[in-house]
Amino acid sequence: MAFEWLTGSTPQFWKNYINLFDTDDNSAQKRFVVFDMETTGVDAKEDVILSIGAIAVVGNGIEVGDFLEVAILQDKFSPKSIAFNNGIVDLSSEKVVEAEGMIQFLNFVKDSILVGHNVNLDIEMVNQALKRLDLGRLKNPLMDTNALYQRWKGLPDDTRTSLDDVCDALKIDKSDRLTAWGNAYTTALVFLKLKRKIGI
Amino acid sequence: MKNPVAQNVADFLKHYPPFSSLTPAELLDIALQCKVVYLEKNQVLFKGGDTTHSDFYIVKDGALGLSLTSDAEETLIDKCDEGDILGLRPFFAKNDYLMTARAREEAIIYGIPIKVFQPYVTQNPKVLEFLLESFASQTRNPYDKERSGRLLSENTIFNEQDADIQYFQPIKYTRNPITANPDDVLMFIAKTMANSAIGSVIIQQNQLPVGIITDRDLRSKIATGLFPITAEAQEVMTSPVITVPENISVAEAQMIMLKHDVGHLCVTRDGSDKSAVSGIISEHDVVAAQANTPGVLLKQTRRATNNKELKYVREKLTDLIQSSIDKNIPISHMSNIVAEINIALTRRAIELAVLKMGTHPPVRFTWINIGSQGRKEQLLLTDQDNALVFEDVQPEQYESVKRYFLELAELVTESLSKVGYEFSPHNIMARNPQWCKSLTDWIKQYNTWINTPAEKGVEISTLFFDFDFIYGFPAIEDTLTELIKERILRNKKFFAFLANDTLKNPPPLGFFRQFLVEGDGEHKDYFDIKARALEPLIDAARLLALSQGQTEITNTYHRFKKLADIEPQHADLYEECAEAFNVLQRFRTEEGLVNSSNGRYLNLSELSKNDKVKLKNCFQPISDIHDLIKNRFSLTYIN
Repeated sequence: MAFEWLTGSTPQFWKNYINLFDTDDNSAQKRFVVFDMETTGVDAKEDVILSIGAIAVVGNGIEVGDFLEVAILQDKFSPKSIAFNNGIVDLSSEKVVEAEGMIQFLNFVKDSILVGHNVNLDIEMVNQALKRLDLGRLKNPLMDTNALYQRWKGLPDDTRTSLDDVCDALKIDKSDRLTAWGNAYTTALVFLKLKRKIGI
Repeated sequence: MKNPVAQNVADFLKHYPPFSSLTPAELLDIALQCKVVYLEKNQVLFKGGDTTHSDFYIVKDGALGLSLTSDAEETLIDKCDEGDILGLRPFFAKNDYLMTARAREEAIIYGIPIKVFQPYVTQNPKVLEFLLESFASQTRNPYDKERSGRLLSENTIFNEQDADIQYFQPIKYTRNPITANPDDVLMFIAKTMANSAIGSVIIQQNQLPVGIITDRDLRSKIATGLFPITAEAQEVMTSPVITVPENISVAEAQMIMLKHDVGHLCVTRDGSDKSAVSGIISEHDVVAAQANTPGVLLKQTRRATNNKELKYVREKLTDLIQSSIDKNIPISHMSNIVAEINIALTRRAIELAVLKMGTHPPVRFTWINIGSQGRKEQLLLTDQDNALVFEDVQPEQYESVKRYFLELAELVTESLSKVGYEFSPHNIMARNPQWCKSLTDWIKQYNTWINTPAEKGVEISTLFFDFDFIYGFPAIEDTLTELIKERILRNKKFFAFLANDTLKNPPPLGFFRQFLVEGDGEHKDYFDIKARALEPLIDAARLLALSQGQTEITNTYHRFKKLADIEPQHADLYEECAEAFNVLQRFRTEEGLVNSSNGRYLNLSELSKNDKVKLKNCFQPISDIHDLIKNRFSLTYIN
């Protein structure tokens, strides 16, 4: 079922995903999905996703149980992907093919607002992966913790501050920042603080 | 799918009770359903009066303060930091939060849904026990503030010192009150009230309350002639009676009284007048429950009927001292108030003992407190020192009279020791035959002390020159005071002896201005603030005041103040001594409260640099006053 769109028809998960954006249901409390990825590099065209970590924020809290972690099996070979596939990065997690990874990701994020630090590159990586599956681009609203941070600081939006520096400025513990999920969780804390400070 | 975030939460939880008694799988299950919340400094998590959240909370990082708001004033009750639990109220009560939780600094907390945790509470006895224990920990321990609670539901840790919180505690009232029937004659009801010293009687029919007769009814309806004294209860009673349920809080009881403009509430099983009477709440109960105000404590002392109630007052008094110290109330004010209550306690103990004896004292007597109690300087629980003087009797009666008073003193000192005043280590108490004797014997005793102080076998105790009349016949004390005044007047030998005694105290500082600490024994390396700093001042004040003929004032602070009046040329020094005495008393009291000791030994390593300087500043007046004494009483010649 998962691959029937290869024969021409639009896959069900994509239909479900698109349909989510048709309803004007504003009654439910907004769900944010804070995510981070490990990739083979920063070129969206050439590089690929290695793993995704994502966690939901509802209201003023991170929902610990509302969590996704996907590791993607690679057929491309770069020094980083080799290390990754050989299990140096994460031996224990089960890996899935890119298409399955995208299905899990879209099913998880649904119509939530996507939040990330310097989120555009990550979004572009996802869009490229979707393109390889002959699908459209992500439709979710976006929020960038970097942009929020600059707004709070009163600096121009295009100033770049690394997640590490933001954590230092906000006094957030960085010890989890070794993996995609750790980055996602740390970014979620950053998001909670900035959300409170700016008053979103 | 693995969830490392949840795993991290579970790893955190397992270090803290009650989670520490759950299995890793259970913890992970809980972690999966909790949320992480960030609080900015001063952000409110929940407010008193808010409907309860579906979660309770454990602090991951940072700290939150729990406070009660009353009359727009926020009182901090407790602080929660890493691993502390708060917001447990929904587990135990259906109503709104009582307290406000506010972040004292940036904080990250985990919110755990109550309905997720509920099964563990019911299934795991250890968890239940932990929660119940903390919920029941409304101890009367006055040092609660010092104890760091690991688990705080908003109404678990009541800080007893805080009047505002007591306000929300269940009120204590009279159970099984005296009742009467509607057709009882009023005169008999009034007699019952007078005999039992109560202000009201509930009128009940078939076990149900139908009305109440209070002092007010007797005053406004009988005394005015509106009804004859032979009227029946049902004609006079106020009906219907206002009924309330059991376990009503102090605040509620007061509100209801104000609302209905009544002074008594009838407690029934279910709170309606259709169920059996189980108690009565009077205005007095409301007042008594509200605070550790000195007035209320005095009142409670006078109403106490046994040692337990006296002990309760003394514990409340310790609370009062603690909160006065916290609020920086001048120590001399505190001493006055505490002394009054100490006196009332002793007086009540004597009254109760007389009752217990069953017979009236054969002759008039007075009970005197001596030493620190006599000087009205006793803040913490220290020893009791007292003596008893009885009127002169015929020689053949002497033995039996003395036996009565010894027995009485035995009862009084025993009950004081139960209240918390330890027995005098030197047995200077009225139950010692040596210190319980007739006026003539006491006069002889003082003569010996005053005229031949230095002779062998004459154990002079300077304590006996600081005495305070407590109970009995004041003329006896006046006689003694006059006698002492007369005998010591210009008695060089006596004062030289006292002066010599005064200078015997060990100095507080060494040659290099270092503190001199105890060299050995249990208190090695501690600073003996009593012997090295307080006693020199006390002794000096006594000596100088007596030499000026001031026998009435016994309090050290007031003695110095009086001396400053009498000798303007030394006024500065005396003022300094008075101040130093107060500062030292405060040190001792704080130390005593922290360590629940008598505060005699200070651990210098625990003092801040600032405090050490403050302490040292008190020593200059001591050495100055010693110089003055040396000169005035020409001590160099005696030695």
